[in-house]
Amino acid sequence: MPIEIIAAFAGFLAGTAGAMGLGGGSILLLYLTLVAGEDQLHAQGINLLFFIPCAAAALWLHQKENRVPWRVVVPTALWGLPGAAVGFWLSGRLGGQGTGKLFGLFLLALGIRELLFPPQKSFSDQQKASLSQKTHPMP
Amino acid sequence: MSGNKQRHRWNFYRWNGKVMAGGALTGLVNGLLGSGGGMVAVPVLEKSGLDVKQAHSGSLAVILPLSVMSAAMYLHGGRVALADVWSYLPAGLAGAFCGAKLMGRISPRLLHRIFGGFAIWAGVNLLMR
Repeated sequence: MPIEIIAAFAGFLAGTAGAMGLGGGSILLLYLTLVAGEDQLHAQGINLLFFIPCAAAALWLHQKENRVPWRVVVPTALWGLPGAAVGFWLSGRLGGQGTGKLFGLFLLALGIRELLFPPQKSFSDQQKASLSQKTHPMP
Repeated sequence: MSGNKQRHRWNFYRWNGKVMAGGALTGLVNGLLGSGGGMVAVPVLEKSGLDVKQAHSGSLAVILPLSVMSAAMYLHGGRVALADVWSYLPAGLAGAFCGAKLMGRISPRLLHRIFGGFAIWAGVNLLMR
């Protein structure tokens, strides 16, 4: 199969999973490092840039249905900004190899958690409940 | 009068330790690993009392500004160029539309199982590299 088709498929899958909040970023990042053989930090940069328009499109669709809980989102994102700066600095200190290993450990821990402790409630269980709840418009 | 209104708006948002720690951790993972912030943000938002669907859509809204900041630092640091990403975008955007429309229509338990297996396989591969 030509590499362009595999790359497009990886991009499509990453966009789909990302829009569902299922770690879509990791799919493209893994394609870039494990299949395309890119350097870890370069791949992370591509992944971040790729995620921005995909997340913006998905977020726009979610916001149209008033599904975005801004009262928690805004403070969480604000506190995340200094965290991101520290993370960027740390990735420079660790280098591509170290960061790649750390990402491997992160995924391994995540996979074990997903399989051993799956989420208790499903969307459909909660859909009925959230129908009666008030939505979260911007203040 | 306007000060009162501003205070009211400020109080609309939740400012507590849980949100602070969760936000900082999400940002750290986002900047350090260039992905995976969503996997941290979803449980963090669920702990703040949101239901699964709100936590998943909210995680996107949290990660988006963090990714903009991280990507700006990656660009500034010369780790990546804007031209590197174009080829992945059309398929990614199509996927994002499908994902947002599909959400709630696919069994999340099945998705979590598939993702769990995939993450373990990928984690082992990265560690063995």
